[in-house]
Amino acid sequence: MIVADKKPIEEIIEEIKDFKKILILGCNECVTVCEAGGKKEVGILASALRMYFLNEGKDVDIDERTLERQCDHEYLEEIRDIIDGYDAVVSLACGVGVQFTAEKYFEIPVLPGVNTCFLGATEKRGVWTERCQACGQCILAFTGGICPVSRCAKRILNGPCGGSSKGKCEINKELDCAWQLIVDRLKALNRLEDYEKLFSIKDWSHDRAGGPRKVEREDVQL
Amino acid sequence: MRLKYPTSIKIVRVPCTGKVDILHILRAFEKGADGVYAVGRMEGDCHYNSGNFRARKRVEQAAELLDKVGVGGERVRMYNLSSGEGPKFAEYAVEMYELIKQLGPNPIKKSKAKKEAA
Amino acid sequence: MNLKTPSKLEKIFASGNLAVTSEVGPPRGSDPDAITEKANLIKDYVDAVNITDNQTSVTRMCSLAACIRLKQMGVEPVLQMVTRDRNRIALQSDILGAASFDIHNMLCLSGDHQSFGDCAQGQNVHDLDSMQLIQTVRQMRDEGKFLGGDDIKRPPTIFVGAAANPFADPFEIRVPRLAKKIAAGVEFIQTQCIYNLDKFEEWMKLVRDRGLHEKVYIMAGMTPMKSAGMARYMKNRVPGMDVPDEVVKRLADTPKEKQAEEGIKICIEAIERLKEVDGVKGFHIMAIEWEEKVPEIVKAAGLYPRPDADSL
Repeated sequence: MIVADKKPIEEIIEEIKDFKKILILGCNECVTVCEAGGKKEVGILASALRMYFLNEGKDVDIDERTLERQCDHEYLEEIRDIIDGYDAVVSLACGVGVQFTAEKYFEIPVLPGVNTCFLGATEKRGVWTERCQACGQCILAFTGGICPVSRCAKRILNGPCGGSSKGKCEINKELDCAWQLIVDRLKALNRLEDYEKLFSIKDWSHDRAGGPRKVEREDVQL
Repeated sequence: MRLKYPTSIKIVRVPCTGKVDILHILRAFEKGADGVYAVGRMEGDCHYNSGNFRARKRVEQAAELLDKVGVGGERVRMYNLSSGEGPKFAEYAVEMYELIKQLGPNPIKKSKAKKEAA
Repeated sequence: MNLKTPSKLEKIFASGNLAVTSEVGPPRGSDPDAITEKANLIKDYVDAVNITDNQTSVTRMCSLAACIRLKQMGVEPVLQMVTRDRNRIALQSDILGAASFDIHNMLCLSGDHQSFGDCAQGQNVHDLDSMQLIQTVRQMRDEGKFLGGDDIKRPPTIFVGAAANPFADPFEIRVPRLAKKIAAGVEFIQTQCIYNLDKFEEWMKLVRDRGLHEKVYIMAGMTPMKSAGMARYMKNRVPGMDVPDEVVKRLADTPKEKQAEEGIKICIEAIERLKEVDGVKGFHIMAIEWEEKVPEIVKAAGLYPRPDADSL
């Protein structure tokens, strides 16, 4: 899922300090799972902000709403009838949701309430780690199911580099060396001879380098 | 036991302090509470294993937020005791009451009053 | 001799002589004297001089410019190139730049992560990794083609090298990794500096078992210790470094003012021992900021004078 982290409240206050009617808009999916932007976090942020503005002597209305997702038109349409009552929206969705909301409600500032971090998994409650960088050309079949693009700090395709030490990456002793993991997995799968196959130069044009990407499926379009 | 504790303390009963969320704490202050405290079992003694640990963490986070918005994190606290300790309960109640009296009323109340007067 | 390039280093290897190289780190400024002074200290004692490429991700004068400076002095350069800072366009471009000045040796590396250096907030590139860079140089040289497929006018004639670390983890793939680099096209290897001679000889045995020592020229990396403190630091703080306790002890047991001398002795003894190891084709002496000791080490290890490449 998309993993995000709460923005410090001071940053959000700075973003909204000139507005008078604010809607805090949450999302029921990824940001709920990583406890950054779901209904509960919306409530906490709204309550804290109300108290802040009261203490500042400022008359600010703060409302709360959580949508199923902010990356689909039909859910965003649900606030069409109330949006004109606000002069700013703080979206606690990931960067996708913030932008999609802003595109749809063009005349109203839509501000981010979380920092979108990466595509990752829940290792355990409160700990999320990166697994995928959406390079557009998945090579997991050849690396024992472990991705060197997202899990190697140098995204080396013929690793490890000389800095791998006791299974950890040179940049951080807590970070697993992706290539150690790949070697371990190839061993477990009895395919260590695959290690010597040379990975050819990657086509990064399917990655961010190729520009903003699009997936089009004519078979499901009307 | 019929021990005495200050009448201005409102008790909200929960099956475990683990049920208390940051949101409940914040909303209490938003509505004008001068102080909020959670009383849970001794650490390691929780009937549901770790509810009181979660409560402690949430109290700490609520305190941080309350500091940042000008209400004051000292107004929220966590106490631990075991269920038979009636006198301790009363003692903590008095302690909290004294602490809050010293801190004064929740600044929100003054701000709200100012807003109404305007 | 069946030489693929005009490289003096290749010639020395091919003639059956032990080759000797050393390295110079460019300055954190634009003063060319910083290169020429150090090079002058060592040029008569080595066959070629490596110029490091923004080592440890600390921004320095670029390796290519410093290599050109060496070339102008009549010293044979080895251009170190990391994939951290340049995409494939820049890499091929710099290779052509080097070739235009008749620089005939290159060492292909990934490069330390930028978080170690002075620009920890920067991007890293790694469009290619070190093995793919080896493939790229070979393609440019042997097929005369760019990666994109177009023909190169006056293709580079570069002797291709890479690094190897017999002491890094995981140990079980250290020899397969060498095999991979050879399959990618590497022609000479410089190892990480060696202190654990037993472990190195173990690695060399595994290398020989696969016949790899005949497919690539292996140079043993050597760095003299300046002090017991340096030995301890390298043992505990530098990843991929194997410094046996006996080495640290030997230095620690020496009075402080004699430790540097002892470190040089240890280095010379190691070279003498490794000269006897089948498959070791030369020595890469890294004495960064201590370049003045290289002549002494080369002489005492019986590697002086260097053969005259022109008469081989």
